[in-house]
Amino acid sequence: MLSRVAERIYWLGRYMERCENIARLVNVNSNLLLDLPSNMRVGWGSLIDISGTGDYFERDTQLADEKTVINFILMDKKNPASLINSLSFARENSRITRETMPMEAWELINDLYHYIRDRADKVTSRRDRSTILLHVINSVQQFTGLLAGCMSHNNAYELIRIGRNLERADMSTRIVDVGLVNLLPHLSIGGNEVLEPYDNILWMSVLRSLSAYQMYRQHVRDRVNAEAVVKFLLQNEDFPRAVAHCLKQLEQYLWAMPNNEKVLSAILNTQQMLDEADLSALLEKGLHEYIDELQREIGNLHFKIAETWFLPVVVAQTQEQKSA
Amino acid sequence: MLQDLSMNATKNVMKIDWQNYSSGDFYDEVIASPGVARNETRHLAHYLASLSGDELQERKLSAELAIKTMGISFTVYSDAGNIDREWPFDIIPRIIPQKQWQKTERGLIQRLTALNCFINDIYNDQKILKDKVLPAYLIEDSANFRRECMGMKPAYGVWSHICGSDLIKDEKGEFFVLEDNLRVPSGVSYMLENRKVTKRVFPELFENHKIVPVTDYPNQLFDMLASLSPRKSERPEIVVLTPGIYNSAYFEHSYLAQQMGVELVEGNDLVVDVDDCVYMRSIDGLKRVDVIYRRIDDLFLDPELFNPDSVLGVRGLMRAWLKGNVALANAPGAGVADDKVIYTYVPAMIKYYLGEEPILPNVPSFLCVDKKQCDYVLANLDKLVVKPANESGGYGMIIGPQASKKELEDFALLIKSNPRNYMAQPLISLSTAPILTNGNAEPRHIDLRPFILQGRDHSVTPGGLTRVAMRKGSYIVNSSQGGGSKDTWIVVED
Repeated sequence: MLSRVAERIYWLGRYMERCENIARLVNVNSNLLLDLPSNMRVGWGSLIDISGTGDYFERDTQLADEKTVINFILMDKKNPASLINSLSFARENSRITRETMPMEAWELINDLYHYIRDRADKVTSRRDRSTILLHVINSVQQFTGLLAGCMSHNNAYELIRIGRNLERADMSTRIVDVGLVNLLPHLSIGGNEVLEPYDNILWMSVLRSLSAYQMYRQHVRDRVNAEAVVKFLLQNEDFPRAVAHCLKQLEQYLWAMPNNEKVLSAILNTQQMLDEADLSALLEKGLHEYIDELQREIGNLHFKIAETWFLPVVVAQTQEQKSA
Repeated sequence: MLQDLSMNATKNVMKIDWQNYSSGDFYDEVIASPGVARNETRHLAHYLASLSGDELQERKLSAELAIKTMGISFTVYSDAGNIDREWPFDIIPRIIPQKQWQKTERGLIQRLTALNCFINDIYNDQKILKDKVLPAYLIEDSANFRRECMGMKPAYGVWSHICGSDLIKDEKGEFFVLEDNLRVPSGVSYMLENRKVTKRVFPELFENHKIVPVTDYPNQLFDMLASLSPRKSERPEIVVLTPGIYNSAYFEHSYLAQQMGVELVEGNDLVVDVDDCVYMRSIDGLKRVDVIYRRIDDLFLDPELFNPDSVLGVRGLMRAWLKGNVALANAPGAGVADDKVIYTYVPAMIKYYLGEEPILPNVPSFLCVDKKQCDYVLANLDKLVVKPANESGGYGMIIGPQASKKELEDFALLIKSNPRNYMAQPLISLSTAPILTNGNAEPRHIDLRPFILQGRDHSVTPGGLTRVAMRKGSYIVNSSQGGGSKDTWIVVED
């Protein structure tokens, strides 16, 4: 496979995953609002913090209202990580790489793009938004299933999965981080103290934004509390959106790629760093800094991948939308 | 009042009424005279007339939806930037009887064979010039003659491997050749996609007709390209070289690569190594390339030899080609025969190289480089179509009968300042075919671009791409200027 195509395919995997993540995040926040008393403010601005695009939002994220934030996150062309931009990048990448994938994959992405573009003015209505975002989630799932069922499991396929899992790992660390710092500023750290009545709901919403609630309940069999949630989302190896699981998958796909020595050594480092982390202690002090470090490791992994398989010309940087 | 109401009522259920369909003096491909279909189109005409206005509209919408979903698009260059447009398509297919087509096919193969003999001769012995069948200054002045290619002998002596010739029908329904595109002709992917769309929209029509399938083209293209490989390996490495996503024909480049199962590459994917062989950069390292189906113009191919600013091409590509380490289709320099002035000599070439009479006629032409002919052209500018020698896509030409006085005067100055660059033809009454517009059928002018392949063997697409001037009375069929297209059927008669 061509190095240029490898790069496009990898980014296609990332952008499609990003679309789904954005849709889930916004949907969960919308639902959460319905559960909270009107005097309790959960900032819409935290959604912007999660996506790491605050720099493009030219206003104070803490004061932002629902309509502005929704528009910024879903439809703003000036926000490089908005849903419409992610989809449009995914579409361009799949147009360029369509000969490597089953034709239906391109048709699906192209359809989804038109679907969202035609509904730009509908997303501020809560009812329409929920339908639209569910459609996004379903389409990305369909894309994943289509490739799993109809595409040869070759290097191109590995690269899509590498892109997907890297993006997913990155997003999960962001959600945990923002959960700690912004979403729950009044949290009593440690999870042993008496929870304020709505903390429970908020942690549930963190889990839900990763579709992790049900799996968490089965696995943890305890009431929802900060420590268990953070451990589950970072260190669980079975849940597909937990960081440890994403890394494990990445490692497996990387083994199948040619000339993989450097990238493998990077992923093994990252995994070790996650395995050995004492999250209970970190929750008392230093978790935020630890997550920063973890994100840097994931970013480094991206650069190792680019260095190994993509074209030497730095096309990657023009595509890079956030400090991955 | 009652009258009005009934008119409204008819409007809503408007059907195609062939009695009210007339294309005047033009040859219409479906309707011979009001209400009477041609023999080969009678099923089609009858079927279309049997559909209600709503049904027709529904078919039209479903075709538009299919085109959008399949992402069949082309790019239009404009001042406001490049716009990706959905492919304009009319749902009523065009029918050509197989018997007429078989003759046309022979004519096209004869023509391309002679053209390739000519190009090979020009870059080697130049016998045709020495024998004074063609004046030498035509070659020396030609913008598409590449001195760098002199002495090159590509496989089978073939330079133009993929040719798209534009055919039109006159008022008697006979085919004429309007021009040959020997450099990087495009449109074949739309021919293939048009058929797919028609299958989705009118599956029932396929029951009453024996239609020759078009789907074999990618295989034929692959086999032809493989036959050019300098290394006689089991499976030669073939690539399609595209200028990239912003090219108007990018859809086609990607489509053909996909259909042939080969890599679609851009210039910076390829590298010419110290051994003068071409390699592509892959995730496994460098990989040797045998055949390049290039969709980049000559002058952008290699910054080492041609345009030094080209970022689309590959440094050293010409070196590799001239040494015979890689095959290029079409070969650089093939455009020397693609010139609209050289075109007028094609019948003479057929006689000179093949000793045969041309099966397909040219449109009669006047060369402005000849003083007498030029005077005639200037005196009759309002009746003629004048074209520059080296433009494509319908740019830079004038249609006399449709031009204003000012436009004619300006154009006369252009011709006088550079007569070598212009040739003129009488306005041929292009045939018409019905398109569906506002719920009714109306005649529009059409042409046909079949694609002819030549490598070790020859092949011709059954039919080709029918292009339609969507505006009433217009002769301009180019998609870059608002033209549309039709699925084209070669139909086996019972």
